[in-house]
Amino acid sequence: MKPVLMTYTRRDIINFCVLMFLGLIIIPTFISTEYWYTSILIPWLCLALATIGQQIVMGYTGQLALGAAGFMAAGAFAMFNLILRVPDLGFFGSLIVSGLIAAAFGILFGLPSLKVRGIYLMVATLASQFFIIWMIDKFGWFKNYDSSGIITAQDIVILGKPFTTPLAMYLVCLGVTAVLTLLAMNMARGSTGRNWMAVRDMDIAAESMGVSLLKTKVQAFAISAFYCGVAGALFAFCYLKSLEPVAFDIKLSFKILFMCILGGLGTINGAFIGAAFILLFPVLLNSVGNNVFHGAIDATIISSIEQVIFGLLMIIFMIYEPLGMAKLWENFKQNIKSKLSSSSIKNLKSSPLKNLKK
Amino acid sequence: MAYDRKFKIGKPILEVNNISLAFGGVKAITDTSFNVLEHEVRAIIGPNGAGKSSMLNCINGIYKPQKGTVSFKGKQIPNITPNIMAQMGLSRTFQNLALFKRMSVLDNILVGRKLHTKTNFLEVALQLPKVKKEEKINRDRSEEIISFLEIEDIKDTPVGKLPYGLQKKVELGRALATDSSIILLDEPMAGMNVEEKRDMCRFILKVNDELGTTMVLIEHDMGVVMDISDRVVVLDYGKVIGDGTPDEIMANQKVIDAYLGVEH
Repeated sequence: MKPVLMTYTRRDIINFCVLMFLGLIIIPTFISTEYWYTSILIPWLCLALATIGQQIVMGYTGQLALGAAGFMAAGAFAMFNLILRVPDLGFFGSLIVSGLIAAAFGILFGLPSLKVRGIYLMVATLASQFFIIWMIDKFGWFKNYDSSGIITAQDIVILGKPFTTPLAMYLVCLGVTAVLTLLAMNMARGSTGRNWMAVRDMDIAAESMGVSLLKTKVQAFAISAFYCGVAGALFAFCYLKSLEPVAFDIKLSFKILFMCILGGLGTINGAFIGAAFILLFPVLLNSVGNNVFHGAIDATIISSIEQVIFGLLMIIFMIYEPLGMAKLWENFKQNIKSKLSSSSIKNLKSSPLKNLKK
Repeated sequence: MAYDRKFKIGKPILEVNNISLAFGGVKAITDTSFNVLEHEVRAIIGPNGAGKSSMLNCINGIYKPQKGTVSFKGKQIPNITPNIMAQMGLSRTFQNLALFKRMSVLDNILVGRKLHTKTNFLEVALQLPKVKKEEKINRDRSEEIISFLEIEDIKDTPVGKLPYGLQKKVELGRALATDSSIILLDEPMAGMNVEEKRDMCRFILKVNDELGTTMVLIEHDMGVVMDISDRVVVLDYGKVIGDGTPDEIMANQKVIDAYLGVEH
């Protein structure tokens, strides 16, 4: 079979737009239960966005970074403070600025990548995770001197209209995610993405072609942190509806890392697949536990089984399919295509050479 | 070479002056000087471990020599890095293939167009018209190189899946895509069969002839070297033991000794 390259063509972009349009029209007409929006769709979109951020730095640029949740926290608390202190910015203005603030942190903590690599870089970037959380906890100003520890997020108001229903919040998340995903796809398939991948695959050769390692790595970290920052703000304002540093702990960073790896390193659609899998799998396990075994299995055991399966899958994917579920999906599509083209003569016409070669 | 060239061999474009490089106590290169003239095909030969690749790495800025200077296009460059040299118009290939393995052939060659890409990431993200225009120019040039190297049928294949000989071709293509005035080739024909070697020679000479690109190559196959190069420099134990036209080199007693061994 022809090897599949994980790059994006104009057709993928069009497919994506169609998909997002469906998300905009179909889902709101068919799904009316709040549970789907508040517990599945909204966190899925937010975490997929953060995973795209992780993909950019890890999947595309090849820098092992672990600290996505730290940047998410930076974005979330920046959003809180911006809405509180600079109300004139508006919702989207604040969202962009909080992304930029997270990006500034990204640049700062991306600098070690110039000197260290691999697992050592992972340890160095862990600093961002702990530093940002510590900073928010330490200085009361970030939490507006709230003593309770958990701050309620402000309501989302866009152009004077409140967006507080689950459906409205879902639409906000969908809109932001769709736009940012489109931009990420454009970068990934353009010269920017080529520079990232060149640095990932062979940095010395990239440098000899005139790709600046400093600029490319720092750029990737900044863009990655921007995505995580925006995702964090949406996560806090649309999903948690509260702000607490604990929500952005190392566990969330690992979760995003898993989504990134299971979805497929160096793929953007993988971010969505990985996020969906990690989010939905526990739900599935729980319902299996409840409906098949009728609660005979303890909930704690189920959550342990979940960890075991995630771990196993990680190992299996790392060994057999580093491009993850996105690649499996791609293979599946190709299989269907080749089956279709061998059975119908119509398709033969469109690509006679390709079929002859097979 | 006796035929008429479109680009006449000119003044020195690259000068290596008294370079010394040591790794700890091991001296790789000792006080070596030579030059490369504009539009010529210059070969660097020598037995294994003679310091040929180290020499290229010094010129390209991957290694920092302890002593000596490199002048390029009449300017002495104080702090050489691969990036500065690339920007000045020096491109290279690597001995052990340094391709971007998970990218397609076309994308690999497109990376070589990096210095002809002026748009920033924001413009790329928004796909502004000027990005599309630039991308089209770069793609057209890359396609041109691909058809020149006769690798059209593999242009969408990930480079890591290609056989060695083709990978070497892609690497040459990537170096060509930079439109550099000088290209350093580190063993472009290693591990190739006779036919592939002949193809590679043809490409090297054609590029040199049609674009006037100066070529510096390291090669082990004496027949090839003597055939295609204008001048040859011979290194042995990090020192120059011969420098001249292929005929002069073949008559040089020191070179013959270094290659065939000599009784002590």
